[in-house]
Amino acid sequence: MSIPDKKTLGMLKEKAYKIRTSCVRMIHKAKSGHVGGSLGLSDIFAALFFKILNHDPANPHWEGRDRFVLSNGHVVPVLYASMAYAGYFPVEELMTLRELGSRLQGHPSRTNLPGIEISTGSLGQGLGVAVGMALAARQKNQFHRVYCSIGDGESQEGSIWEAALSAGHYKLDNLTVFMDRNFIQIDGNTEDINALEPVADKWRAFNWHVIEAYGNDFEEIFSAFDKAESLKGKPTIILFRTRLGFPVSFMDGVSKWHGTAPKDEEAQKALEEIDAFYQGGE
Amino acid sequence: MSHYLDKDIFTGPKSKPTRDAFGLATSAMGETDDRIVVLTADVSGSVRADWFAAKFPERFYNMGISEQNMVAVAAGMALEGLIPYVSTFGVFITGRCYDQVRMLLAYSKTNVKLVATHTGITVGEDGVSHQMLEDVALMQVLPNMRVIVPCDTREAIRVLTAIKDMDGPFYVRLGRQNAPLVTSEDAPFELGKALMLQDGDDVTVIANGVLVYEALLAAQNFAEENISVRILNMHTVKPLDHDALLSAAHETGAFVTAEEHQCAGGLGSAVANWCGTNLPVPVEMIGMKDQFGQSGPAEKLQDYYHLRSTDIMDAVRKVLKRKKTS
Repeated sequence: MSIPDKKTLGMLKEKAYKIRTSCVRMIHKAKSGHVGGSLGLSDIFAALFFKILNHDPANPHWEGRDRFVLSNGHVVPVLYASMAYAGYFPVEELMTLRELGSRLQGHPSRTNLPGIEISTGSLGQGLGVAVGMALAARQKNQFHRVYCSIGDGESQEGSIWEAALSAGHYKLDNLTVFMDRNFIQIDGNTEDINALEPVADKWRAFNWHVIEAYGNDFEEIFSAFDKAESLKGKPTIILFRTRLGFPVSFMDGVSKWHGTAPKDEEAQKALEEIDAFYQGGE
Repeated sequence: MSHYLDKDIFTGPKSKPTRDAFGLATSAMGETDDRIVVLTADVSGSVRADWFAAKFPERFYNMGISEQNMVAVAAGMALEGLIPYVSTFGVFITGRCYDQVRMLLAYSKTNVKLVATHTGITVGEDGVSHQMLEDVALMQVLPNMRVIVPCDTREAIRVLTAIKDMDGPFYVRLGRQNAPLVTSEDAPFELGKALMLQDGDDVTVIANGVLVYEALLAAQNFAEENISVRILNMHTVKPLDHDALLSAAHETGAFVTAEEHQCAGGLGSAVANWCGTNLPVPVEMIGMKDQFGQSGPAEKLQDYYHLRSTDIMDAVRKVLKRKKTS
């Protein structure tokens, strides 16, 4: 993988557009869900599911696949949308999010939907699972990578740091973690509630490589994942500075939109803004 | 005498801690199955994980004092086709990481075997922080979780060996202190099938763990009084053996449960729940009565908290009276 060419960039933009509009539509229809983080992560997820991950949507249990663990399970709409457009399941199914009987549970469920590696939604747990997967890959002499998405607010859970400690201890350089550093949790700014900074220093102190990048820019996203794969001897975390709700102006960086579903007019306005953003180019 | 019983059980039983089974069974399975991995949290000697580690260092993971992470890591390994046997003290492997067990094992149906070594009042001198008396309750309410409380080291080895080939999460409850070898070498283990150690038709004592031996002693004493006691070794709390309970309810009409655990949420609750919803018979319970323990030698604590054969005998007399008047 390397920095994408113009054609690829165009493709990724189109995917990110579809992912974003789907997130708004599904959460609006479900009347609940986490729209802000889902929008903020759409570029990273487009890059992962359409370029970076080595996977086969037609065969979600293919043994050689890269593993992807969503530790911050509440942003699962962005994962569902990415999976659907990648071909894991029909795009129409997205609109069943959170409905009775749907495979698209409010938080990811591995027993419901093939392609979900592990059920999450209770924060702080996915990273430890990813560590176990990376250890197992090493023991079995397998060469796929393990990717894990964590939230910044989630990193107030002690279990994140238990997992960080052990990944550093085992020098798991087949593990790439990225943090959605948007500074927003339900009740407000992470630094007001339970400050994480200096967060890069913390990971370095736990014996990790740390990469800092902007998570709403494809070139930065690719060069960060590229570098993560090349770094050896330690696990790597990418601290992606993202914008919650991006590119919807009234959601951008507003903590209310961490976990609130848009009402009819808000959804309409959000979709219009997303349309305008992509028509106008970046 | 049932051929399921060790021949010396009433004359001078040999004793071993059931925790030895963890080291013995995992070391033996490790020889033939390289999917077996063992994880522990800085208690490798206490749980006998060091026996496995000595033979298979590359498949042994000491996760340090991080039980929540240990359970999460085990789930990740299980997803990759390994079979993690995870062991630490009962209080930490259930209570400390309950949410991980719920989400990553029970809900996610991962193939992880949790094996607690220090459980119940017989942990002894360490006191309340280490005497886990609520673990069976916590585990048996989780969907998909199976819960087993072996009565001796031999049974524990059979259990740990059998569950290797049963997909999905298990909780196996072992103990720290020496426990009499109750069962014979060739006694069977079948998940969810109680082992009848003695037949009888006046009353059924349903016991597991170290209380099985106490139940046998109680039944011996009753033989002189012409009271015929059936003894069920109910090693599997979940799934509970409904057939054995149904026969016992019809044929004996009175139950005494006995366990080294809170009666509430434990074997006693499980049996009473079955009775209430199927075939009501009077039930008396031996176990902890909504109370914590305290420090002391295991033997004395077992006396103090009424977890002895004499206590089972009292409960039997009481339940027989209720049976007559009901």
